[in-house]
Amino acid sequence: MSLTLALEVGWGTTMAIKTLVVLMIIPLGALILGYTFLLKMMSHMQSRLGPMDPGGFHGWFQLIGDGMKFIQKEDLMPDGADRKVMAGAPAVVLISTFLVFLVIPMGPDLVVKDLDVGVFYALAVSSLSVIGVLMAGWASANKYALLGALRAAGQLIAYELPLLLAVVGVVMQAGTMSLQGIVYAQRDGSIFGVDWIGNPFILTQFIGFLLFLIAAQAELTQTPFDMPVAESELVAGYMVEYTGFRFLFFFMGEFGTAFAFAAIAATLFLGGWSVPWVHGDMANLLGPFVLFAKLMFVAFLMFWARFTYPRLREDQLQAFAWKVLIPIGLLNLLVTAVFKVGF
Amino acid sequence: MSTTETPAGVPSFELDRNALRHLADAQINVELDTGDMILNLGPQHPATHGTLRLVVRLDGERVLAADPVIGYMHRGYEKLTEVRTYPQITTLINRIDWLSSFANEVPFINAAEKLMGIEAPPRATYIRTILTELSRISTFILFLGEMGLQVGALTPAFYGFRDREHVLNLIEGATGGRFHPNFNRIGGLKDDLPWGWVSETRSVMKMMLDSCDQFEDLVAGNEIFHARTKGIGVIPGDIGTAYGVSGSNIRASGVDWDLRRDGEPYLAYPDLDFKVWTHADGDSFARYWVRLQETRESVRMVLQLLDGLPSGPVMAKVPRIIKVPEGEAWVETENPLGQMGYYVVSKGATGPFRCKIRSASFSNVSILPWLLRGVYVPDVVTILASLYFILGDIDR
Amino acid sequence: MARKKLPGMIGGLGITLKTMLKPAVTVQYPHEKEEPVTRARGVIALKEENCTVCMLCARSCPDWCIYIEGHKEKRPPRREGGRDRTVSVLDRFDIDYALCMYCGICVEVCPFDALFWSPEFEYSEHSIAKLLHDKVKLGEWMETVPEPEPLEIGAEPPKKKK
Repeated sequence: MSLTLALEVGWGTTMAIKTLVVLMIIPLGALILGYTFLLKMMSHMQSRLGPMDPGGFHGWFQLIGDGMKFIQKEDLMPDGADRKVMAGAPAVVLISTFLVFLVIPMGPDLVVKDLDVGVFYALAVSSLSVIGVLMAGWASANKYALLGALRAAGQLIAYELPLLLAVVGVVMQAGTMSLQGIVYAQRDGSIFGVDWIGNPFILTQFIGFLLFLIAAQAELTQTPFDMPVAESELVAGYMVEYTGFRFLFFFMGEFGTAFAFAAIAATLFLGGWSVPWVHGDMANLLGPFVLFAKLMFVAFLMFWARFTYPRLREDQLQAFAWKVLIPIGLLNLLVTAVFKVGF
Repeated sequence: MSTTETPAGVPSFELDRNALRHLADAQINVELDTGDMILNLGPQHPATHGTLRLVVRLDGERVLAADPVIGYMHRGYEKLTEVRTYPQITTLINRIDWLSSFANEVPFINAAEKLMGIEAPPRATYIRTILTELSRISTFILFLGEMGLQVGALTPAFYGFRDREHVLNLIEGATGGRFHPNFNRIGGLKDDLPWGWVSETRSVMKMMLDSCDQFEDLVAGNEIFHARTKGIGVIPGDIGTAYGVSGSNIRASGVDWDLRRDGEPYLAYPDLDFKVWTHADGDSFARYWVRLQETRESVRMVLQLLDGLPSGPVMAKVPRIIKVPEGEAWVETENPLGQMGYYVVSKGATGPFRCKIRSASFSNVSILPWLLRGVYVPDVVTILASLYFILGDIDR
Repeated sequence: MARKKLPGMIGGLGITLKTMLKPAVTVQYPHEKEEPVTRARGVIALKEENCTVCMLCARSCPDWCIYIEGHKEKRPPRREGGRDRTVSVLDRFDIDYALCMYCGICVEVCPFDALFWSPEFEYSEHSIAKLLHDKVKLGEWMETVPEPEPLEIGAEPPKKKK
């Protein structure tokens, strides 16, 4: 089934619309993820209701109200803090999240720029947030913030590798690094001749999917890998000196990155915006919603693990990454390569 | 002080007390490149269950020495008891260990009854035992959830509070107060049980068993929890008894000692058939596991007691104004936190002359300087959670 | 125990999922309210006609939060030719709920059954001074005092008090 819509828009309008979408996606995504999973899903998993009053209907206004509260707070910085670096750190974290959305496709034509090295670019740019974390820790003029930031940076860097290994398996199967190409490979592919569900890589790359989920969990410093953030039990985490809207940026950055990683996982493993038998302009209309649904499923898995498990100690966390996840990732790569060459 | 082998690379147990005291009160201003750092887990802290202050000396990630500073919640109980009458003291001592408040009243009332030579009627003894075991269940269910919280899992804490509500409703139905029953009187109990309480208790006990299974699946069976608690904070049995650690903590180190079975017989425990759970490891996981099994054992005890509940009065014949004759009495009981004892000295007045309270958590916390040497900083939280002390019990 | 077949981490996920699908246990106070039990110690009510100003409750309160003032009055004799009676009249009976520990000793020691427990608990005020309930307010609480509930099987029937 295909619809044809002819819309003549100039380059400028397209650019404006794309910029607007990317700018709005982080706050909206953070809001939706925060409300659904952090406020409501966590509450119901804990046998309680979560916010019910703000906004009247099941407390939908709670996060927006929190955002407004943060914005009107005083902009405090510690005495010895490096003001420019401290102000820049949340910006770096947020910008790295925005940049990821430039390559995520929401439909056959709905992508800001379909780079040939899409996946490589996405992973590279999302790891820029490590710099933001280190900046935050260093500029805070607080020894404990620095220690927390160093720990967080160590964790983030360690878990880049399993993330990468999980993604390389998908790239090998799809034959291309471009995200649009990976989606097409899943929609138009077939599993040993059966093609009515396409070839979603989650079926063949299930180890890769698990690896990606675990590594993404660690990249987002979510339980069970949230020692840098929950370190604020004992030693203050890297965000300790941040209040007001700078803290809001960190918070939005965290949930925005969760949104981004869930989108990438949905694109790489579940087929992104594609439904196998829908082509053409219908795909452009349905694409964002399909991607959103798949993304929410992946986010559900990530947050489900977050609210169930206790946290690992820092050394156990590092040992897990280096001694368990990376060997499994390499093995997965080997098996994928064998299958790709053999079949 | 006996010392066993210290972990490698960690200085011996001798604390330089002057250095710690001086630095602890000063600003925390540390140079990063010299080795040791003083960290103050201050009185206000989510990990320390109340106003416990722990001054630790760190070398990077490892604790070199730890010094607990207590007294931030001292309320002067022993002085208060000197100017109160026995019913008034019963009200106050509910608040020593506020999570299992009925259990605090029992040794005191037993001591007073010993001095007066009165014995409570059997129905009162049985109901007292039921309520003590119910408060044990309520505080242990909270522990099972809250230790998960300290280790990082958010959900078990809520389950702990949710399931504890049922037991608190039972206690409220019988005594009128959820947390502070104030139900014991010299000679028996204030009131009898309301209609339907026994069948309600039976159904709640079934819920508690389900809750224990849930905690076992969610927390005790979790591999991450094992990685965080197994081998952490090992208390050898002899060191523990030397420091006076009691209750589930010492049973988790393999020492088979339970005052309900081994001490002076009190309440209805001689009539009951129950098992005392021990674990050989002595680490934080063992303490969690022992309390989990003890919760189930308490449920079985309550069901036995309900089956055998005798009928009759709940109050013995006592004079209107109670004047306890001269004498001294020491009664020690197995409270949920450990061994609690009261030494009541009476000079024949309506209130005691002096009442010394031996609280369990005070001795449990005394092992912290020995225990926390050489552990990692996140493990300090795990160990504190597994020892399960209540600040009101330490400071009184 | 042979109940567990799955590794503990998967079982944990199952529990949180099951709890998520069950309704929450929250009671949305103040839109919904739970009924407290009959014996719940909410507030103390005063039956003024029974009080003889014996001061036992004020003396036995651990916090000394009951303030009583009374005076003696002469009443005419009950029968012809008898002596004048002296009756204690209650002037002031205040309970300071900011201090009250809700222990119930006053209710218990009253020899004339003038004090009763009521499960009413919603009497928070914006100013602490209003937490001092005078005898008029305490008399109003009498309407909320429930009937004593029947006792469990095996209990001795309560003695009838005069």
